[in-house]
Amino acid sequence: MAADLHFEKPLTELRAKIEELRKFTEEKGIDFTDEIVKLEQKAIELEQSIYGELTPWNKVQIARHAERPTTLDYIRGIFTDFIELHGDRTFGDDPALVGGIAKLDGIPVTVVGHQKGRDTKENIFRRFGMPEPEGYRKALRLMKQAEKFGRPVICFIDTPGAYPGMAAEERGQSEAIARNLLEMAGLETPVICIVTGEGGSGGALALGVGDRIYMLEHAVYSVISPEGAAALLWKDAAQAQRAAETMKITAQDLYAFGIADGIVEEPMGGAHKDPTATVKRVQEQLVSAVRELLLQSTDELLESRYQKFKAIGRYQEVSNEPLKHNA
Amino acid sequence: MLKDLFHKKRKYATLTTQELAERRDNIPEGIMTKCKKCSELLISREIEKHLQTCPRCGYHFPMNAPERLASTLDEGNFTEYDQGLTSVDPLRFDGYPAKIEQVRTATGLMEAVVTGEGAIGGHPVVVGVMDSRFIMGSMGSVVGEKITRAIERAIERRYPVILFSASGGARMQEGVFSLMQMAKTSAALNRLSQAKLPYISVLTHPTTGGVSASFASLGDINIAEPGALIGFAGRRVIEQTIRQKLPDDFQTAEFLLKHGMIDLVVHRKEMKQTLSKVLDMHAGGVRHGSRSAL
Repeated sequence: MAADLHFEKPLTELRAKIEELRKFTEEKGIDFTDEIVKLEQKAIELEQSIYGELTPWNKVQIARHAERPTTLDYIRGIFTDFIELHGDRTFGDDPALVGGIAKLDGIPVTVVGHQKGRDTKENIFRRFGMPEPEGYRKALRLMKQAEKFGRPVICFIDTPGAYPGMAAEERGQSEAIARNLLEMAGLETPVICIVTGEGGSGGALALGVGDRIYMLEHAVYSVISPEGAAALLWKDAAQAQRAAETMKITAQDLYAFGIADGIVEEPMGGAHKDPTATVKRVQEQLVSAVRELLLQSTDELLESRYQKFKAIGRYQEVSNEPLKHNA
Repeated sequence: MLKDLFHKKRKYATLTTQELAERRDNIPEGIMTKCKKCSELLISREIEKHLQTCPRCGYHFPMNAPERLASTLDEGNFTEYDQGLTSVDPLRFDGYPAKIEQVRTATGLMEAVVTGEGAIGGHPVVVGVMDSRFIMGSMGSVVGEKITRAIERAIERRYPVILFSASGGARMQEGVFSLMQMAKTSAALNRLSQAKLPYISVLTHPTTGGVSASFASLGDINIAEPGALIGFAGRRVIEQTIRQKLPDDFQTAEFLLKHGMIDLVVHRKEMKQTLSKVLDMHAGGVRHGSRSAL
């Protein structure tokens, strides 16, 4: 059973009560059917009110949920014949970023993604999904390989950010991220990105330059973590909740901004409540996007990818001409 | 009296520390500047003459965009691009428009980067200069757009590009729009590279976060100024993560040079000449595939 989040508590308690009454009915032979029906109705209403109005902070919590499907869960569920490929050919292999070749609905593709762990031990091994430069360089190597063989690239984004470590800086964390941005912009094959959980800053964007950017319903994508923003803005990381609202980081915000191209709906309460259904919805989205993009010529693909990013930004222009707005 | 004849005349007035402090405080603002590295008290005009570097120890003071343009470009040779491109407030971020207004007044700049075209050593070039006085030189929509447009114009005119970075990273007040400027500017540099035009990145103090992790690290040639802080993650964040103290020279220009991330560290007084040489090297003439006779 998935661990409950704080805001789900009233619902959990109500469900426990219903269960208790059921037990009574069965064991003691006292009939609570009417009460149970009433309470179940109430539970459905409560569910609607809790999950129907999730705050940005609630979404952050869902996006970080320990049992939320990870990249490898999506890979196993969506693709066939996956072969994981390792290493950047220069320094090492980064377990925080996985990749390989596989088939999507019969089409050979290359897949890369941040990999978080399920428990503490695995998270330490996976560095909580925070790659070092080798991770980004492995991803780039696999993407260039995909380009060579005309395979579409699928990127799963789910990271708190690039790893902030001494070794990572020594080996050029900045350069590794920057290089991916530049190369992905010109990759001569379709690139589809999907933010499945946390889209944390430059470490997320380093897998995020594509022809399509999708987000799961409760995924977030931001320039800085809510905790980081709170520490900078109000010198208090505890204000993360407030920062989550201020920074406009939800899938719905990014869709409204025209940055996300589509939102993949999650089961009530989040992807972890029904991973199989989530995986299936993601699969449908990816298959339709790949089939659509494969029809485009390389020139068309690259031009519209360039224009897509070129159009992101809000500013005004004052000149001799009347005020121009870019929205 | 004979004794009086031999009385040592005090040549210097002795001042108590307090008196000294008072005197120092009485020096009109701006005439003297204390070097942040060697603590030498310097005449500000002397520092200016040395392009905002300490004549004694070589410490590089931050240089603002107008000074940078004046010291880098050939005289009277600058046409500014997109001066009228200004920020809006896409997140309705508390206090952001007021902050912009205040910084504009204080600096006389419209945004954290000035772009345009000019010449260095007679070679035409598109330049962008960031100014760290403008909200830490942070990159929001306007900075991203101005740099992107400058690169696009360089492609049209077939000019090289030189960008001087000085930035704390992405501008928080514009959230994810700022983040996406990293992709936008890098995509433009991809096109510049496809067009086989040179891009020189000059990393000055400080170049961190989203600017370091995008256009600033992507030069065909990356040049840094001595002592400049350059890196992705902040020192404090790293220390908290790895729970150990970082070496003093961590994330300095010299540290990056040692680790192979930049091509050279150049003193500001030699910057123009270095850039001019590099531009000259790329200014056409004999090259493979050009079919020109040797």
